[in-house]
Amino acid sequence: MTVYLSLAGVLFLIGLHGFFTARNLLRRLLALNVLTTAVFLLFVVMARLAEPLDAVPHAIVLTGIVVTVSTTAVALALLVRIAGRMRDEDTDPAAGPRGGAG
Amino acid sequence: MGTAGVIFDGLLALALVWLAWQATRAADLFHAVVSFIVFGLLMALAWVRLEAPDIALAEAAIGAGATGALLLSALDRLVTREGRRTVLYEPGAAWGFWIPAGAALLGALTLAAWKLPAPGLGDEVLASLGASGVDHPVTAVLLNFRALDTLLEIGVLLLAAVTIWSLGRAPSPLVPVMPSPALPALGRLLFPVFVLVAAYLLWRGSHAPGGAFPAGAVLGAGAILMLLAGARPWIRSSEHGPWRWILSLGLAMLLAAGIAGTVMGQAFFQYPPGTAGPLILLLEVAAGLSIALLLFALYLRGEPCEHGYRGSGP
Repeated sequence: MTVYLSLAGVLFLIGLHGFFTARNLLRRLLALNVLTTAVFLLFVVMARLAEPLDAVPHAIVLTGIVVTVSTTAVALALLVRIAGRMRDEDTDPAAGPRGGAG
Repeated sequence: MGTAGVIFDGLLALALVWLAWQATRAADLFHAVVSFIVFGLLMALAWVRLEAPDIALAEAAIGAGATGALLLSALDRLVTREGRRTVLYEPGAAWGFWIPAGAALLGALTLAAWKLPAPGLGDEVLASLGASGVDHPVTAVLLNFRALDTLLEIGVLLLAAVTIWSLGRAPSPLVPVMPSPALPALGRLLFPVFVLVAAYLLWRGSHAPGGAFPAGAVLGAGAILMLLAGARPWIRSSEHGPWRWILSLGLAMLLAAGIAGTVMGQAFFQYPPGTAGPLILLLEVAAGLSIALLLFALYLRGEPCEHGYRGSGP
């Protein structure tokens, strides 16, 4: 289990650093997802260490996964709108057709 | 766990670290997104190794599948001026701050985790399993002991869908035109299989890993595939308006189940004796349908409308 505990630690650091320092917003979002996975990993390792296997952290992680996908979806929708707004401001001939708000 | 298991765990951990590094630091955004999707799939393996098959199913279906589809479709719409930018991160001098700060936070979290009551709640869950109406501990926790969590979780999902739809109308056309004629045919062939797998996972949830979340995710993925294959979403117009109620069906049913207990003079979410089994199955069907449709709604990135109609009226 030490392997998975250290993995959680390393993923946590990668995610934390990326989330606070990335300049691209999509990259930040990916880092946030890595960060949540690290926290889930910590929960599940704790459930595995308990005797008998603890079902409560499993249920909480399942809830967390759904909350993470909701966060990611809202953030992505905002990102796409921001990108559309920026494309309107500086007319970039290389940019594709606008797919934003109506 | 033999030597082979230890070696497997080590290799898996190394691969996961490498993929997480690629997902956050690759110069190309497409490369980063694909690394993240593979990271999610390998995480599913790690969950299996940690004896959490429910989480493995959810991670593969929701974490890698639904998030991957969302990321790829958003990537398609984002301006790719990334290539011209050479500095991807804030200056590296910040490492002197980040390594100690991150390690301190991590240490504090680990310490907090260690201070938790040692044996966990495994014994309590197993002791009350007989009265919960299902045979699988995780389902019992999700829909009986901690049903409030599930209620709030579906609430968050619904809130996310409402937020995205309120940002404006869905882009038109919804998906790029497919050059391949194979996808529509394949999508129509595969959709019944998606429905079958979702129904199986839902039914299995009462006695084995499965349940509403993986089932809803699989069904939602099937719907997204149909959308990519050229089908038009039928929740888009006012004539199919009533179908939109399915989006909030899961939340409404869970709330009703919770409040019914209070009305009958019991605690919030206390099911009447003997009815827990059928009630949980009913709630799972409602939640599964809602989750499927909500994940699909998230993918639309805006309120769906008639194609070509860009007015401001309802």
